[in-house]
Formats: sequence, C-alpha cells, structure tokens
Amino acid sequence: METFMIIISGVLFTVGTYLVLSKGLLRIILGLSLFSHATHLMLLSINGLKKGAAPLLGEEAASYTDPVPQALILTSIVISFALTAFVLVLGYRTYVELGSDDMHQLKGRDDE
Amino acid sequence: MNNLLIMPIIIPLLTAMILFFFRQQIRLQRALSVLSLIATAGIAGYLIYIIDTDGVQALHIGGWEAPFGISLVADMLPALLVLTSSIICLLCVLYASGSTGEQHERFYLYPFILFLLCGVNGSFLTGDIFNLFVFFEVMLIASYVLLSLGGGKRQLRESLKYVMMNMLSSTLFVVAIAYLYSIVGTLNMAHLSERVALSGQDGLITTVSLLFLIVFSIKAGLVLYFWLPGSYSVPPTVISAIFAALLTKVGIYAIVRMFTLIFYHQPEITHTILVWMGAITMIFGAFGAVAYWGIRKILAYNVIVSVGLIIFGIGIASDTSLTGAVYYLIHDMIAKALIFILGGAIISISGTDQLHDINGLIRYRPLLGWLFFLSALALAGVPPLSGFVGKMMILRGGIEQEFYVISIISVLTSLLVLYSVMKVFVQSFWGETLLSEGEEHATGRSALLPGVILASMLVGMGLGAEWLLPYVDKAVDVMMDPSLYIDAVLSPTEEVIIE
Repeated sequence: METFMIIISGVLFTVGTYLVLSKGLLRIILGLSLFSHATHLMLLSINGLKKGAAPLLGEEAASYTDPVPQALILTSIVISFALTAFVLVLGYRTYVELGSDDMHQLKGRDDE
Repeated sequence: MNNLLIMPIIIPLLTAMILFFFRQQIRLQRALSVLSLIATAGIAGYLIYIIDTDGVQALHIGGWEAPFGISLVADMLPALLVLTSSIICLLCVLYASGSTGEQHERFYLYPFILFLLCGVNGSFLTGDIFNLFVFFEVMLIASYVLLSLGGGKRQLRESLKYVMMNMLSSTLFVVAIAYLYSIVGTLNMAHLSERVALSGQDGLITTVSLLFLIVFSIKAGLVLYFWLPGSYSVPPTVISAIFAALLTKVGIYAIVRMFTLIFYHQPEITHTILVWMGAITMIFGAFGAVAYWGIRKILAYNVIVSVGLIIFGIGIASDTSLTGAVYYLIHDMIAKALIFILGGAIISISGTDQLHDINGLIRYRPLLGWLFFLSALALAGVPPLSGFVGKMMILRGGIEQEFYVISIISVLTSLLVLYSVMKVFVQSFWGETLLSEGEEHATGRSALLPGVILASMLVGMGLGAEWLLPYVDKAVDVMMDPSLYIDAVLSPTEEVIIE
C-alpha cells in the first residue's frame, strides 16, 4: 500500500511540475496546490501507513501508529489552504488590473 | 525553563491583533506599535543579559519536555538577531509614520509589520524544525500582504511571482522535513543533532541537508535570488527596508542553524558547496548592482552581495570566519535598513528612482547626503565603520583556511559595491540642482531620525567592536560546539536513556 501511495504522490508531483511550467496563471496555481497534495500524501505514507493501534486511546496495544505525521499534515494543510486562497485572490486582482493571465505578458520591463 | 523566551513572539502578535480594532485611529496605532516594539527590544536585551550570565536558555511549551513537545531555544545568536530586528522594526515604524500615505496606514500597515516581526522572532527562537516552517509561513504571509498592499500594477505583478516562488519553496521545505523525519525520527533540532551525530551523517542525510540548503537558498537569496530584485523594488520604501533587513537574514539564520548544529559532519561536501554558492552570489549580485541605474534595483542587488559574503564566512566554518559572519550579519541588518530608508527618502524627494533624473540634492538636504555617504562607506566596509570588522574577520578566516580565490572575489565585489553605492551618492547629491525649493515631492524629513539612530549604531558597532565581540564570541561558541545547545534543551534524564 505504501508503494502505491508513493507512486500516486510521484504522479501528482509530475503533473504539478507540468502545470507549474505552463504559461497560464491559473494552471500554475493549480500546479502549486497539487504539489502540496503530493507532499501531504508523501508525508503520510513515508513512515508506513498503519503499524499499530491509535495512540492515546488505550494502553494495551503492542504497538502504536506514529501520530506526528498526521499532526504535521494537519498544520501544513491549513497553511497551504490559506495560501492557495490568497494566491487565487491575488491572481484574480492581477488579471483584472493588468488584463492578462499569461506569464509572458507579466514579465515586466526594466525601464518602467 | 524560562518564560521570557516567548515574549518576543507573543508581544508583537497580541499587539497586532489589538491594532485590528483601531483601524481609523492611526495615531493610536503608531503609539501602540512603538510601545510594543520598545517592549520587545527591551526583553530581547534582558534575554541577552541572561544568556550572557547563565548560558543557553530553553522553554518547553506547555511543559512537554523535549523532544516530545515544541521547545523554544535562545542562545546568543538568535537573541542578538531578535534584538536587532526589533530595533529595526521600531525605527521603520517611526519612518513609516511620515513616509507612507495614510491610505497604507489605514489598511493595516502596522499590524502586518508586527505580524512579520512575530514570524521573524519566532523563526529565530524556535528549537523545532517543523515549528521553524510554521514561523516561516507566519512571516511570509505577512510579507505577501505587505508586498501587495496598495495594489498597484507593478506591485501585483511582482508579488504574484514572489508568492508563487515562496509557495514552491515551502512545499520543498515540507518535503525535506518529511525525509528527515523518516530517516532520523525526530523534529527537535537538539535531538536531531544528537541522533545525526550518533548514527553518522551518511549519504542519505547529506542529500536531505542539500534539499534544506535549496529551500533556504530561495528564502535567503543565495544563488537562487532571481525573485529578489523585482519584489524588493516595488513596495513602499519602508516595506522594502524591512524586507531587506529581515527576510533574507532569516534564511541565512536557518542555514547557519542547519549547518552548524545538525549537518556539520560532512563539511567537504556541504560546506564546499556553501562557499562556492557564496562566491557565485557575490559575483552576480555585484554585477547587478553595477549594471542598473535605478536606486531600488541597485540597493536590492546589494542585499544579494552581502548574503553571499555571509554565507562565504559560514562555509569556511573556522572560529574567526564564523565570528566575522555573525558580526557582519548584525551589521548588514542595520546597514541595509539604513540605506533603504535613505534611498527611500531620495526617491520620495525627487519623485523618481532613476539616477539620471536626480541631481544636486545636497544643497537642500545636507544631512541626508552625509548620512547616505556614511552608510555607503559602511556597506563597502571602510575601516572605522562596522562593515570593516566583520568583513576583515571573514577574509582572515578565508585566507587562513586557504580559500584564496574566493577571498579575492569578495574583496573585488566589495569594490564594486562601493562603486555602485557611490554612483547613487554622486548622481543624486552632487551636480547642479534640478529641483528648486518647494518643488520636491516630499520633505524626506521622516527619514532623518531613524537614519541618525541607525548610522550611530553603525559607527558604534565599528568603534565599539571590542565591547560587542564578547557577545558574538558567545554566539560562535554554540556554533562551534553544538553540545552547549543540546545540553540546554534535552534534560539530563533524557540523555541517560539515550546513552
């Protein structure tokens, strides 16, 4: 199962890279959010998916699942959610102000 | 255990939250933020005193002992940096109250400066690598808002690039943390250092350390600085000053922590890469500073050059060079804040940042002119000023460890830096006065008080180096001997279990 999850995560990274390298603003933002999904999936599966009982609920189990990755993912999801929302608004404002969502047009010149 | 450690994080945070309720009362906002910044700086000063007498301080939040909970750790280096950044924020707030429009101040300028300081101080003080990521994000989100505040066309365009760049590097940061956690099995920096030392830094861990290096290089503008000149030259000058003084320095601090505390076992790989990255950064930064004719661009490239020099000092990793690098780091925060504030005053007086259109300001603004001259000399490292001490120690360390080529590069780039800032000075202050009295776009007077204070700090750091160096030495002691840091964080019982 871990292998499968890691492959999925790799596929997400690949798709994200493809999207980030494109010209459209929205595609880049989607690519970045795919990156964060891929990271979370990787973080979840990198130490093994389910190796024991849930921690804190009982003291009898022989082994427990490591709760730290989940805690990290939760924090990271909140941050990447907020950032995606912010960058979407920022991208929309840029599109409205500058009238383009093509990164080539947003390059800027030195003599401004 | 010392509860004082959390104060530099919590005071700006709470003040910023309170300020949100007083959107229209700008005077109250200014007063409250100045008060809270004075309090933060005072506590940082007291913290330095405590560390000087009692050694490294640690706070285990919520009573969860390390390595299980999150710890805040203050050795001398973060304490010095917290003090410097609080003072710089204080002076920038003083400058902001006269230089940015009321529009900015009404749209939460001060709260976001305080949030930024909260993130910066948190990144300096944290002893947990995931917590470092969280405080980086606090700092970055505040910086996104400050950068796009106002919503001009250029601002939106550049902040979009800045945000996307940093989102990418944050993703890489989490990936690197995940790798490290899966290999070493802990997130506490002291514990990480101990475990990496126990198990040996094999190829896998070195690779992960290089991934961290890439992440922090993007944040610090080390080689991967392509986002920096654009985004530092679009916001109001006070915000550029804060960015130039604080943001890249947090990246540098993270590199220092990583490569002196945790990944210091394979210097022939990691530190060689650091040294050469520093050299490349210095060369490209100096070329950029020489090539441009806009004040903001020139100053932004100067930020890059100094990042290169500090990283060169860290990469050499001898006692002398690290002392120099820490000294230069503190000097550079002050000098960059000063020169950005003064450059901002020039731009606001003349209404443009193109050097060809500015002339003869010295006639109406003699004090501003001489302050700029002084800060230009300090940046280039001319003897009585603070830049000289740090630069000389880095170079001495470099020559002692036989990095001749890069030492020569850093001397040459210092000359180019001197040329680039002198170009600004000569072009904008000398020559025939183009603007007649009353034609200026702004008085630029608000820059004088923070400018004089920062300049006197630079002179003081240069002349009073003997007085400051014992503190810097204390910071370097921890960098040279990680056990000082580890012993302060992990309680003795914990060590027994591991042994």
